[in-house]
Amino acid sequence: MLHPKSDVNAALRSQGYTRRQLIKFCSAALGTLALPERYLAQTVKAVGKAKKPVLVWLQFQDCTGCSESILRSSHPDVADVVLDLLSWEYHEVIMAGAGGYANALLDRIVKDEKGKYLVVVEGAIPTAEGGIHCMINGHTALEIAERVCRNAAATIAVGACAFDGGIVRAKPNPTGALGVQEAVPGLKVINMSGCPHNPVNTAAVLVHYLTFNDLPALDQYNRPLFAYGRIIHDQCERRAHYDAGRFVTEWGDEGHRKGWCLYKMGCKGPAATFNCPVVQWNDHTSWPIRAGHGCIGCASPRFWDTMSPFYDRLPSVPGFGVETTAGEIGVGLVGLTVAGVTAHGLIGMIKPAPKAPAPPVAAAPEERREV
Amino acid sequence: MARLVVDPVNRIEGHLRIEAQMDGGKISDAWSAGTMFRGIELILQGRDPREAWIWAQRICGVCTMVHALASVRAVEDALQIEVPENARLVRNLIAGSQMVQDHVIHFYHLHALDWVDVTSALKADPAKTSSLAQSISDYEKSSTSYFRGIQARVKGVVDSGQLSLFASGYWGHPAYQLPPEVNLLAVAHYLEALAWQKDFIRLHAALGGKNPHPQTFLVGGMTTSLDPNEPFAVINPDTITFLRDLVKQARKFVEQVYIPDVVAIAPLYKDWFGRGEGLGNFLSYGDYSLGDPKDPNTFLFPRGVVLGRDLTKVLPVDAAQVTESVHHSWYEYSGGEADKHPSKGETNPKYSGPKPPYDQLDVTGKYSWLKTPRYNGKPMEVGPLARMVVGYASGQPEIKAAVNGLLKALNAPPAVLFSTLGRIAARALETQIMTPHLEAWVDQLDANMAHGKVSIFNPVRWDPATWPKSAAGYGWHEAPRGSLGHWVEIEGKSIKNYQAVVPTTWNAGPRDASGQRGAYEASLLNTPVADPARPLEILRTIHSFDPCLACAVHVLDAQGREYTVPTRANMGVSNALDLTL
Repeated sequence: MLHPKSDVNAALRSQGYTRRQLIKFCSAALGTLALPERYLAQTVKAVGKAKKPVLVWLQFQDCTGCSESILRSSHPDVADVVLDLLSWEYHEVIMAGAGGYANALLDRIVKDEKGKYLVVVEGAIPTAEGGIHCMINGHTALEIAERVCRNAAATIAVGACAFDGGIVRAKPNPTGALGVQEAVPGLKVINMSGCPHNPVNTAAVLVHYLTFNDLPALDQYNRPLFAYGRIIHDQCERRAHYDAGRFVTEWGDEGHRKGWCLYKMGCKGPAATFNCPVVQWNDHTSWPIRAGHGCIGCASPRFWDTMSPFYDRLPSVPGFGVETTAGEIGVGLVGLTVAGVTAHGLIGMIKPAPKAPAPPVAAAPEERREV
Repeated sequence: MARLVVDPVNRIEGHLRIEAQMDGGKISDAWSAGTMFRGIELILQGRDPREAWIWAQRICGVCTMVHALASVRAVEDALQIEVPENARLVRNLIAGSQMVQDHVIHFYHLHALDWVDVTSALKADPAKTSSLAQSISDYEKSSTSYFRGIQARVKGVVDSGQLSLFASGYWGHPAYQLPPEVNLLAVAHYLEALAWQKDFIRLHAALGGKNPHPQTFLVGGMTTSLDPNEPFAVINPDTITFLRDLVKQARKFVEQVYIPDVVAIAPLYKDWFGRGEGLGNFLSYGDYSLGDPKDPNTFLFPRGVVLGRDLTKVLPVDAAQVTESVHHSWYEYSGGEADKHPSKGETNPKYSGPKPPYDQLDVTGKYSWLKTPRYNGKPMEVGPLARMVVGYASGQPEIKAAVNGLLKALNAPPAVLFSTLGRIAARALETQIMTPHLEAWVDQLDANMAHGKVSIFNPVRWDPATWPKSAAGYGWHEAPRGSLGHWVEIEGKSIKNYQAVVPTTWNAGPRDASGQRGAYEASLLNTPVADPARPLEILRTIHSFDPCLACAVHVLDAQGREYTVPTRANMGVSNALDLTL
């Protein structure tokens, strides 16, 4: 055990944690990130520090589904995330204050915590007609994003809309909506795509940031590889049925009741990457394919237009060619990135970015004992 | 004269702005404005009506699934598809559990902080909170040490100087009137409810694959296959056990935590039984059939209209009387500004408000992205209070008993319902009414499966080749926030027109051409505001409606006008996603 008088323990107690709670959630986060257990002591120490980073959660052209999704976080528990892991100060859907008080708080964070706070963006940013399709306190979303994201340590774009405009940007994109990285170019941004984002992944990114003071390794769309590096079809619990040629051909038929492959019902699993089959949803209860409906590829770039019509079989979906098999589609989709990732194995894929501190072999003896 | 502006209105879904004219410490006039627009119905045009629900569901992620349900109902109405009983039961379970979870979240996480001073909880004697808790409920988490632990956790947050979600609160405001012990009880249950809501909504994961945005609806049924003998069927005996446990826990939470808290806190704010009255006109489409689904007389929540707070008369609902106006909304109609029925609705967005950044809206002109729905030309309040008022006036036995029970406990006449607190009470009552039905629906599903009734989908119209050349229909649902309607027009194999008229548009819309206020604007009149810098009283009444603005703003464009699609070139963006569509 860590010495009871150590700073870490004092900090933990001051935040109302039990030691057991903290280790449990750090351990769960490491599991999602696929980081080895030897990082645990470092993570526990970083997460337990007394001064918490301030978090600002901005909502623009959204449905608040991504806010709701983080409220479903189980590991770590949502109360731990919003009250203890971070100082979660600005988030319109749940914070205490409104109007002038809320605006003053945001101004103060941008000024006093400049370069130190984290910002999460939910929703697309409209750019047509000067941005008048989304205004808060008389200011456009674009203006607010410029001011708040530019002064943050990092920006986390959650959900399809903040990632690349999502449904708001689907044809004909009436409001000129864009994702954050396009609307505010040049930011340090990590994209947690999905409709909604999966809170397991987002919480893991937050823990990673607190531990290593940096973002995890990203793919070409600035999404973390640990969550978006593998094809759904390859991780699917119904995959054996695909390989054996057992398909659902009508909703509610015998194959549907037996849990056969949904490919012929329009499933986009072979064309989509996400760790949805592994982390699942709502405390690992289920995920769409288990619940009998095909994947709609909600974590994929511009999925509303590229993955629909959702009930058409893959080769008929525009952009995938005519005679392509599911396997070929998957290879074409993620191509070199995934090939490279596979070559280097899972650990290489999720290794922390270069600025991470030295690995735990060099950690202080006291910390090592903790593991 | 400068108006009091609240923007953003917090603890709601979406982007709402309230401007209020103050006169002698009271609100003499108020304007409600939605300040965000996406245009999802426009985006729906030309797409496959069978997948409209997947798109429409994204209108809202808080009352997630309500638009999916209204959408499949609209398309099923247009194509004349009847769904199997099991599909209807699964839909009831998903929608009913949404209502229960949503109402609990609203009370504790979106509304409580208007009535509960978190910092005051630090002054409470945990032993007294414990006796109080044990006097109002059998809930087991009620010991002194439990409340002491909660108090220590809050103290840890406060002492750290980093108040997190509570950083911007109006703590110490004179309108907070609860004793510290009650504040501590409420803070404890804020945390309990935060844990419970995510646990309970696993019901949506089991029957929908995930929450938010469950993914198991189909035009014609559900994808949740049933089979008592198949381990990989979505619904099998294991699932039933899981569902039964969740709905049992939900009933316990509602009966032992939510209801006792409402009953304990409401009398301490009894002034608010006389404030926030609003319109006095109520509309409910009705929902949750307990018999023949096509017969509105079998609905758990009856269909009807009550006008002028007259509980002696319930008028029938005529779908043809629903209209929308754009007189004060940032849209234009072709051929003049006459109100339009949603089946013929059109919306051409045309912003005419001030150029941002601005301090005030021009409320004499157009001032909102919400349209203005009317029923037979009259503004209506929709939502839990409307359902309880219409149900009470209709004599629906469960609603009548629940309302009478509450009025007896409060020793008050029915008139107290027409108020800010009345909305809170109505929401609690219908949650209490709903939970036993969740149990009954699980039992029915179980019985059907045991008797070999496993049909979950009606395939007759899945193939678009079976469709008529053109079709039109509508689907209604009583969503947590009130009466929701989707209207769809199908031509060939795709959507020609799509229109949603949603609860928050009814309640939060701007005034109409004849100057009649909507429910939000009317409810704020004469409300005293003690400190204009901290307009807690405005939040209390607006939050009592549980606003959902993303739902409320929508567009339909029948003219097929062209919009600029941003590209790397015309945006001047260098790091655009490398995607060509």
